[in-house]
Amino acid sequence: MSPVTHHDDPDPLPHAPTPELQRAQEERLREAWRSPSGWRYWSDVNNTIVGIWYTAVAFLFFLFGGVLALMIRLQLAVPGNDFLSADRYNQVFTVHGSVMMFLFAIPVFESIAVIFLPQMLGARDLPFPRLSAFGFWCFVLGGIFLSGSLLFDAAPRGGWFMYPPLTSTYQPGVGADMWLLGFSFIEVAAIAAAVELIVGTLKCRPPGMRINLIPLYCWYVLVAAAMVLFAFPPLIAGSMLLELERAFQWPFFDPARGGDPLLWQHLFWLFGHPEVYIIFLPSIAIIAMIVPTFARRPIVGYGWIVLAAVGTGFLSFGLWVHHMFTTGLPGVSLALFSAASEAVAIPTGVQIFCFVATIAAGRLTHSVPMLYTLGGLATFIIGGLTGVMVALASFDFQAHDTFFVVAHLHYVLIGGSVFPIIAGCYYFFPLINGKKLSDKLGKIAFWFLFTGFNATFLPMHLTGLRGMPRRVFTYPEGLGFDALNLLSTVGAFVLAIGVGIVAWDIVRPKKKQPLSERNPWNAGTLEWLPRMPQENWGVRSIPEIDSRYPLWDQPNLVRDVDQGRFYLPDAEEGKRETLVTSPIDAEPVQILRLPGPSFVPALAAITLGGFFILGTFYLWKAAVVSLVIALGTILHWLWTTTAVIPEKAEKSAGLGLTLPLYSSGAKSVGWWAMLITMLAVFTAFVSLVFAYFFYWTIHEDFPPASATGPGVFWPALGAALLLGAWALTLLARRCNRVDNAPAFYAFLTVAIVGSLAGAAALLAGPWRTGLDPTRHVYDATVWLLAIWTALHAVVGVIMQGYCMARRAAGRMTGRHDIDIHNVTLFWHFVAITTVIAAGTIAGFPLVK
Amino acid sequence: MTKRISTEDAPHEKRENLWLLIVSPTIWAVHFLFSYITAAVWCAKVGSPGGSLQPVRWAIAIYTVIALIGITFNGLSGLRRHNFGTESLPHDFDTPGDRHRFLGFATVLLAGLSAVATLFAAAVVFYFFDCR
Repeated sequence: MSPVTHHDDPDPLPHAPTPELQRAQEERLREAWRSPSGWRYWSDVNNTIVGIWYTAVAFLFFLFGGVLALMIRLQLAVPGNDFLSADRYNQVFTVHGSVMMFLFAIPVFESIAVIFLPQMLGARDLPFPRLSAFGFWCFVLGGIFLSGSLLFDAAPRGGWFMYPPLTSTYQPGVGADMWLLGFSFIEVAAIAAAVELIVGTLKCRPPGMRINLIPLYCWYVLVAAAMVLFAFPPLIAGSMLLELERAFQWPFFDPARGGDPLLWQHLFWLFGHPEVYIIFLPSIAIIAMIVPTFARRPIVGYGWIVLAAVGTGFLSFGLWVHHMFTTGLPGVSLALFSAASEAVAIPTGVQIFCFVATIAAGRLTHSVPMLYTLGGLATFIIGGLTGVMVALASFDFQAHDTFFVVAHLHYVLIGGSVFPIIAGCYYFFPLINGKKLSDKLGKIAFWFLFTGFNATFLPMHLTGLRGMPRRVFTYPEGLGFDALNLLSTVGAFVLAIGVGIVAWDIVRPKKKQPLSERNPWNAGTLEWLPRMPQENWGVRSIPEIDSRYPLWDQPNLVRDVDQGRFYLPDAEEGKRETLVTSPIDAEPVQILRLPGPSFVPALAAITLGGFFILGTFYLWKAAVVSLVIALGTILHWLWTTTAVIPEKAEKSAGLGLTLPLYSSGAKSVGWWAMLITMLAVFTAFVSLVFAYFFYWTIHEDFPPASATGPGVFWPALGAALLLGAWALTLLARRCNRVDNAPAFYAFLTVAIVGSLAGAAALLAGPWRTGLDPTRHVYDATVWLLAIWTALHAVVGVIMQGYCMARRAAGRMTGRHDIDIHNVTLFWHFVAITTVIAAGTIAGFPLVK
Repeated sequence: MTKRISTEDAPHEKRENLWLLIVSPTIWAVHFLFSYITAAVWCAKVGSPGGSLQPVRWAIAIYTVIALIGITFNGLSGLRRHNFGTESLPHDFDTPGDRHRFLGFATVLLAGLSAVATLFAAAVVFYFFDCR
């Protein structure tokens, strides 16, 4: 069917630019987007390049996690085996789970998305390429740090969920600290990627790609990235509490001093369950791209799949207690979570029906990506069905902590994530280096993977139902586990052969292999526009979109894009640029200049990583020095490449459209990045407040009768001063807008003094009233809320000073005021945080 | 294939609100949290393990009625937008009208899912009579 468009939509240029002009344009674009050569290659920040590094490293961690899995299976192959000692086994299964979750599943979602999102959106790049590079280097550093611990017999031993007191009182050594600090660091990278993906999807679409035309992959990624913002902060908050207990004896999880180990489980699973869907949604998203291509028709039920993605995103936050069914919570609480766990099967099922309907309604062509897609769906459905079983509390009481759960989670994660990712690998590979992977090897690998996987994990259901517990390093003979375990071990090696074949297919030399034809699968979406092999510029000219499947529905699209008949066909000033569009209708609003290659993101990652790594070994002085260097690096980064005032106010984007080069406030991408980042930070803060009220709910002695503080005076004074600083920052923004420089500097100077005084007053509360954070969890929680808020104020002060310096240096003016807009937004969050923190620590004891 | 041009008069993007899409799931989340917190605080602070859950059951029932009213309103507003103009599903035209209808349709679907999930949660009042 021919697409229907709006009467305002422009057509591409009726005539191609002259061949000379096209060549000159291409040369300028090529030059602007050129990757650095030699060792400087590693300073590149182009998302497509960084995304490929990111995916490759994540895949290496996957192989590493796989080797650990084989070690586990070897140890369990026969009863009474001594291949691994109990302690070594504990390290191996802990690192296996942690690596697969934190170093493969989450990063690979983000890395695949940063490669393909710009291409699906017909964008030159995503809005914050250096942020993606920063995230990548954080990930590499944190990942090597954690994995390396295994070589020194120093790895964590508490399982990937790190329950205290097993990981506090009973686990000396640095293993648990490595986990807590290393992964907190990697979670920073995940949140950085989420910012990039959300702003990219909402603001960098091609003109005409209204919200009803977005590729389904982008919907899924948008939902998963939004979930990261609300799922990861509780774990960051929990990790902070556990590390404070381990390093400084603040008793958050120590019942002897009022703490509660169950709080960790709440915070961990508040992250851990949504995380399963954060892994699953972007993987199933790949299937949503593959199925229409090979069914040769548009997806059936686009709106229903959007329902599935958004609905799953929400419901997955109401499931966390189903990991805690056996902790003795009241039945009514368990039932609420059981109900939500059953409800989430509805949207999950809906999208699978949509895929099946698309296949049934289309003309299916057989292909390797489709083989993995169908294998993955079949596997995932089995995992989903056992998921519905364990979502019933009464069944879970029997199956909890047995191999049944191991089987269930592997069916879900391998069916719902690994198979779709391999499908994506075979499908998208031509976009990486212009060559296809081998159909033959792909098919052989599939059957090894599929049979190996089922031989490994299907018997585990029975092993579990017969009563074999998880996480035991061996088992006695004759309990009915022997043959099943041996079968699982054989299956694991068959599975490993399949993985090995896929790995070989990816790395095998392909020099002699001819280039793939362009759009080899005859797909309909924009990522298949590029020539083979593709250029670094992302898209030759940014097209006007009329359809969900523009390559199928828009005649001459490829020709018009290639000849530069659409938007931004040139890089006249030699700068990297992309279009920013409005979030709903994708109307062009700005031409965004993007930064080029730099080692600054890597340096920022290394120095910030230094803080976490040195902290692991309790080298706090060196850690703080590293943190200060990181702060300096980040300030340098911001100073030199963000909110740069362009040499002219606007420029032509082509097709008669002239757009501004600078936008501030809610129109700027930086403002959105600040908003999204602060939502994540605020969620971490809410998790800490949750801790306060959790203790109050569960424990009679919270606050203990002996509590002496923090009183009302100091918190109230601190809050008043910080709210004053917030109001002055708002006034300063107005004064800057009207170019009243004296008032701008005066207001911000007073705001800085007020902020520092406010932070001091907040800390004076617990300090002057003698609260000792190592004495009781109440004291520790009050201290933590006060410190958290005071730290916000200090960061706010740095930002206020930064704005004054920017204006003084002529880098911020009345019209070019991105910096002060974003700082004001930060201060809105400081104000909310202050009110809640002061209200909680000063006000709540009065209520009681 | 030639493009067809629509001259339909639909609301401009500035009068469209993306947040309406997630009103119903948010209501579900608030209902869920309120039910959970009410039960948890009651059982920890007021009731004993064998004690009555009656006030909590009433509270959850009241939350449910309020939540379902909210979800219904949101769903109906979505339905109105879904039925805007003369075009029908799959709402895949590059026009403000189809964008408007699509957002309405997605709102209806999410309202339906949220209503079912809310009723699932509310079902606890039929099964639990004490804090065990």
